[in-house]
Amino acid sequence: MELLLHQVLAGLATGGIYACLALALVMIYQAIDHLNFAQGEMAMFSTFIAWQLMELGTPYWVAFVTTLAISFVAGVLIDRVLFRPIHDAPILSHIVVFIALFGILNSLAGFIWDFNVKNFPTPFGSRPLLGSGLISSHDAGMIGVTILLLVFLYVFFRHTRIGLAMRAAAANPQSARLAGIRVGWMIALGWGMAAAIGAVAGMLIAPVVFLEPNMMTSVLLYGFAAAVVGGLTSPGGAVIGGFAVGIIENLAGTFIPYVGRELKLTIALFLIVAVLLVKPSGLFGRRVVSRV
Amino acid sequence: MSALLEIRGLCAFYGRTQVLFGLDLDVAEGGVTTLLGANGAGKTTTLRAVSGMLRTTGDIRFAGERIAGRAIEDIVRLGIAHAPEGRGTFVRQTVEENLQIGAMARNGRAAIAADMERVYGYFPRLKERRHQQAGTLSGGEQQMLAVGRALMLRPRLMLLDEPSFGLAPLIVRELFEIFRVLNRDEKVSMLLVEQNASLALDFAADVYLIETGRLVMTGPAHELRRDETIRRSYLGY
Repeated sequence: MELLLHQVLAGLATGGIYACLALALVMIYQAIDHLNFAQGEMAMFSTFIAWQLMELGTPYWVAFVTTLAISFVAGVLIDRVLFRPIHDAPILSHIVVFIALFGILNSLAGFIWDFNVKNFPTPFGSRPLLGSGLISSHDAGMIGVTILLLVFLYVFFRHTRIGLAMRAAAANPQSARLAGIRVGWMIALGWGMAAAIGAVAGMLIAPVVFLEPNMMTSVLLYGFAAAVVGGLTSPGGAVIGGFAVGIIENLAGTFIPYVGRELKLTIALFLIVAVLLVKPSGLFGRRVVSRV
Repeated sequence: MSALLEIRGLCAFYGRTQVLFGLDLDVAEGGVTTLLGANGAGKTTTLRAVSGMLRTTGDIRFAGERIAGRAIEDIVRLGIAHAPEGRGTFVRQTVEENLQIGAMARNGRAAIAADMERVYGYFPRLKERRHQQAGTLSGGEQQMLAVGRALMLRPRLMLLDEPSFGLAPLIVRELFEIFRVLNRDEKVSMLLVEQNASLALDFAADVYLIETGRLVMTGPAHELRRDETIRRSYLGY
C-alpha cells in the first residue's frame, strides 16, 4: 500500500512535467496546427541557460526567472523568424523546419556546453519531505510549481482580455482579425509562452534526469503521449493526460513484471498508439468536422 | 458632400482570378447602401475588399483616408465593423465572451461594459443566454450575436453580409427593425449585401446592382424599385 502511494506521488511529480510539456505542445498546436517536435530541445536549451547563469554565480530563483524571460523572447523570435514566413506552407515544410530546429538546438548545446552529464541543482533539496518516506521534497516542489503554473495559466486564459484574444485567435483566426485582434502577434505570444512553460519543465526535471543535450528526448515522448491522450485540442485534457501518463508509467514500471525501468518508455508509445486507434481525438479533444 | 466610404475603380482577385472589374460605389455618411446581385456576382468580395481581406487594385477611401492595402486589424480600428458571411461566431466561447471579442480593438473597461448592456438592450435574447456557448445558439441568435459583436466596436460603418440568410421571416423583420434604429438613432452607416432584394430595397436609400463583378445599375432605391429589369429579375413580379 505504501509502495503504491509512493509510486502514485512520484508519478504525479513527473506527470506534472509531462503536463507542462503537453500544454506547451497544445498551445503551439492550437495556434499553428502543427506539433512542435523541437519543444523538448527548446526546453533543454533553456535549462542550459539557467545552468550557465548559476555557474556564473546567479542565485537559483533569479536564474529561474531570467531563464523564463529569455525563453519567452526566444520563443517569440522563433515564431517571427522561422515560422511566420512559412505560415501558409504545406505540412512537410513545417516538419522540416521543426527537425532543423531540433538538430540545431541539440548540436548547439553540445557545442557550447559539451555532451558530458551535468548536475542541476534543486532549490527544494532531495531529502524526504517532512521526514515521511512517501515523497522527496524535490518531487513535492515539482508538484507545487506545476500546480502554481497551471493555476496561473488558467486565470490568464479565462479571465484576462489578452487571454481571450489568444483563444479567439486560435479558434477562428479570420473572424478574430475582423474583430481587430492582431492574430500574428497572438501566435507569437503563444510561442513565447510555450517556450517559457517548456523552460519550467526542463529546469524542474533536470535534477532528476541530469543535464545533457539529449535529456528531453524521452521526456518529450511522454509529453506527446500526454497531449495525445488528453486530446491535442484540449489544454485541460493535456494536463490530465500528463498526470495520467506519469502515474501509469510509474505504476507499470513497478507492478508489471518485465516492464521495469527499461521498458517504461514503451508505455508512452503504447499509450499513443492505443489512443490513436480507439479515440483519435483524445479523451477530451474535439473532433474537427469541416463542412465542404 | 463627399461620402463616408468611397470606392473607385475597384478590382479584386482570388489568386489569379479576377472577380471585380472596376467597381465604383459610395456609402453616404449616415446612409444605407445596398449591393444587389446574383450568386457569385461579387457582393461578398466587395465587402471583403473593403475590410482588407484580399488583394485589390483601385481606390478605397474611408472618411477621406486611403485604406486599400492596409491590414485588416488596422481597418477595423478606423471604425469599420464587418459582420461576415457565415456569421463568424466563436462557437466554443460564451455569448458574453463573443461580445468582448468584438471590443478587442477598443480600450476603456467602463465604456465596453456600457456597450455590452446596450447590445443586450437591443437583443434581450442574448442577455438570457450570455453564459451559454455561442455554438449552441440558433441561427437567428447567432446572427444577432454577429451584429452585437460588430456593435461592440462602436462602428461608424457596418458591413452586413446577408444578415437575413437562413432566418425565419419574423426574425428577419425584427433584425431589420434594429438596423433601422441603429441607423436613425446612432447614425451608423451601413453597406448591406442581400439576396432578398425586396427587403434590401425597403431598407436602403441607395442601390448598386452588380453582375459578374461589374456595375450594371445604380440609383436611389425608390427609383430602382420601379425599374422593369430589377422587378423581373430580383423582385419576381
